[in-house]
Amino acid sequence: MFGYYLDLALRSLRRNAVLTALMVLAIAVGIGASMTTLTVMQLLSGDPLPGQSTRLYYPQLDPETGADVRREPPPLLDYISAQDLWRSGKADRQTMIIDGGIKVQPQAGQSPFIANTVGTTSDFFPMFRVPFRYGSAWSAADEAGAARQVVISEALNQRLFGGADSVGRRIVLNGSSVQVVGVLDHWRPRPRFYLLAGARHSGGNTSYFFGPPHDVYLPIRTALDINAGNFGWYTCWAKPEPKNLPQAPCESVALWVELDTPARVADYRRYLQGYDAQQRAMGRLTHPANVAMMSLPEWLAYQNVVPGDVKLQTWLAFGFLLVCLLNTVGLLLAKFLRRGGEIGVRRALGATRGSIFLQCLTESGVIGMLGGILGLALTLLGLWLVRQQPVEYADIVALNVPMFLLTVALAIVAALLAGVVPAMRASRIPPALQLKTL
Amino acid sequence: MQIQPILAALRRHRLAVFLIAMEIAMACAILCNALFLVFNRVDMMRINSGVDESRLVVVSLQGVDETQAGDLVARLRAGFGGLAGVESVAVANAAPFTQRAGEIGFRLLADDMHYNQQGHFYVAGPNFASTLGLTLASGRWFTPDEYGPIGEFLPRTPSVMVDAAYAGELWPGQDPLGKQVYSDKEAYRVIGTYTSLMRPDPSPGARHNTLLLAGLPGRHLSDVYVLRTTPEQAQRVWKQARALVARMAPTVVVDLPHSGPMSDLRRAYFAADRAMAGLLIGVIGLLLGITALGIAGLASFWVQQRRRQIGVRRALGASRRDILRYFQTENFLIVSGGIVVGMTLAFGLNLALMRVYELPRLPWSYLPAGAVALWLLGQLAVLGPALRAAAVPPVVATRSV
Repeated sequence: MFGYYLDLALRSLRRNAVLTALMVLAIAVGIGASMTTLTVMQLLSGDPLPGQSTRLYYPQLDPETGADVRREPPPLLDYISAQDLWRSGKADRQTMIIDGGIKVQPQAGQSPFIANTVGTTSDFFPMFRVPFRYGSAWSAADEAGAARQVVISEALNQRLFGGADSVGRRIVLNGSSVQVVGVLDHWRPRPRFYLLAGARHSGGNTSYFFGPPHDVYLPIRTALDINAGNFGWYTCWAKPEPKNLPQAPCESVALWVELDTPARVADYRRYLQGYDAQQRAMGRLTHPANVAMMSLPEWLAYQNVVPGDVKLQTWLAFGFLLVCLLNTVGLLLAKFLRRGGEIGVRRALGATRGSIFLQCLTESGVIGMLGGILGLALTLLGLWLVRQQPVEYADIVALNVPMFLLTVALAIVAALLAGVVPAMRASRIPPALQLKTL
Repeated sequence: MQIQPILAALRRHRLAVFLIAMEIAMACAILCNALFLVFNRVDMMRINSGVDESRLVVVSLQGVDETQAGDLVARLRAGFGGLAGVESVAVANAAPFTQRAGEIGFRLLADDMHYNQQGHFYVAGPNFASTLGLTLASGRWFTPDEYGPIGEFLPRTPSVMVDAAYAGELWPGQDPLGKQVYSDKEAYRVIGTYTSLMRPDPSPGARHNTLLLAGLPGRHLSDVYVLRTTPEQAQRVWKQARALVARMAPTVVVDLPHSGPMSDLRRAYFAADRAMAGLLIGVIGLLLGITALGIAGLASFWVQQRRRQIGVRRALGASRRDILRYFQTENFLIVSGGIVVGMTLAFGLNLALMRVYELPRLPWSYLPAGAVALWLLGQLAVLGPALRAAAVPPVVATRSV
């Protein structure tokens, strides 16, 4: 039966090629626009660390002492609080992160450049599942001794050493010679989730947070020793002494903790509140208690890290798809009702309402299929256009298999949905009336 | 033209009419909001920086060794000044479209410790105003003895200048001259205002909230050099300036994303906005195209369907013009219905966008603009089928199908 409907559908579509093309085009354009934006949205809003993200937590408190009191705790900690919490070792793993730029001096004759740098602790790598190509992180003993050791990214290793195993080689960072102990494998978390301070108040301009991760990873004390003046802070509540980040009245450090069970999470929350209360009792913190601890997915949502432009494009595209579908419904309706005579004859010859309905749906399904194929081509074109855009995430935008299947499925479902009402109308055509007019 | 018969005919196609009207309503809502978004982006892209952009070349440096900064500044200033075509050189902590460097909270009252204001403090050496092409709005420029060495962040000189419009926001209805601003333990007195100087990183909410302090180039003022030349020579001066830095200071890094002719920096700064505006315009175009095709498709079906009725009407004395008018009026009625719903939708969509993206409210003027666009589109789309209808000969009435 389906074969017969398909045959009827193809004949009917061929009879009215221009109209068919119009409907296919409308669906294809709608699908192309919405699937392009949906693919980008899916790439940018996914879980950066599947399986691990719900074990990572981000403690916050308000370390400021000025007259202005924030409603929400600041997105970074002051160095003293971060150091205290980190040193307590109350979590299963914990790491501190500061970031800045450092001058890299390659071999003689090459010009120096600035590399994005984090000062951190050795737990950074296992906590965030950072893959190593060569070597490994520095040891806890080296960390405590502020050893002149460094881990570099795949990209920097390519630039400095042509991609060779550079473990044991030395590089000059801001005038100090440090030894490479590890080289990262390809690692492109999206977003750069471990440092998101400022995203929430960037007015949706968060493209920056989707750029490649940092190039230079130093033990935090080494980083402060050799690059003191070049680590930034998010904000200061009083005037800081230059180059003295540990003592600065500024928020500058991200602290992440890994907590493996809900009980551990509850314990850590209590510990954090206790620490905050104790520090206020001591008088180091003066603002009312404002403690928070979000998991990584909560933190991503709170920071509004998906770029506003991308969300806007997705909204627009689905509105656009809706317009295209309304368009198709109208055209299908006109088309099916126009064939009243033909349908009347089939009904008079014994076809049931159900079979007329299925026949009409088959026809819209075929339109959806064609629209889907063309829509897929338009999606690829759309993604190519996104890659030409001046955005940090341009290089990671590509169609993946689930999205490919979704595109075709969405087109067929959309066309079937568009076909339901017209098909119902067509199947209700009374046979006698139509035959009379023939 | 009588409307009753048209309405009676439309009532027989209630569903199709409803669908096409809804399509137009959706298109109207999206069109108005997309146009508004484009306008906002374009407005931002056309921001007035207040400086002679086409004449300026910026060189931003990174990784300057502090102990040698004083000597480096002196040599670079002399070197840049010696390049052919360079009229003057100014040293500052930042310039329009470079990295911001002096975002500081301040207070207007000495004893109120709440930092209610936040602005970008430009710190600049002599020549800054003349090099960038700033104009004095009130008061006076800094005198040579007011330029002092930079302490840690800001110079200790007690004089400050403010953007004239920004001063109007800080002290509404008052003369800003002689007013004080406080930051930490320092107090600065306003000695003058300039007509306009944009902050380095303008955004819709913060464009010209700038203040200007006088500092001597040297140890803590050595990163940003602004060269004044002519528009024709800007590219060449930039190339030579870059080569000069590589030669004179091989250990220093030129911050390329924040260096170059200022017109290039502006283009790069707004690249994402330009792309988004282009995309929105593309969406608008496609949207209108699809809607027009939908209207035309449906109209030509109706024309085909009603060939006999049209023939009868023609045989009964209706002119071609009458038939044409009939379809045009019908289209006008449907589009108008869609627009009425679409205006409500447009405001709803705008409210949703406002909540999510901190957008301003959609101005009323967009609605008539959107309505006119859709009316025109509808008439254009229906013209073809309507002309075909008008061409139906009266003799059709005498034929059976």
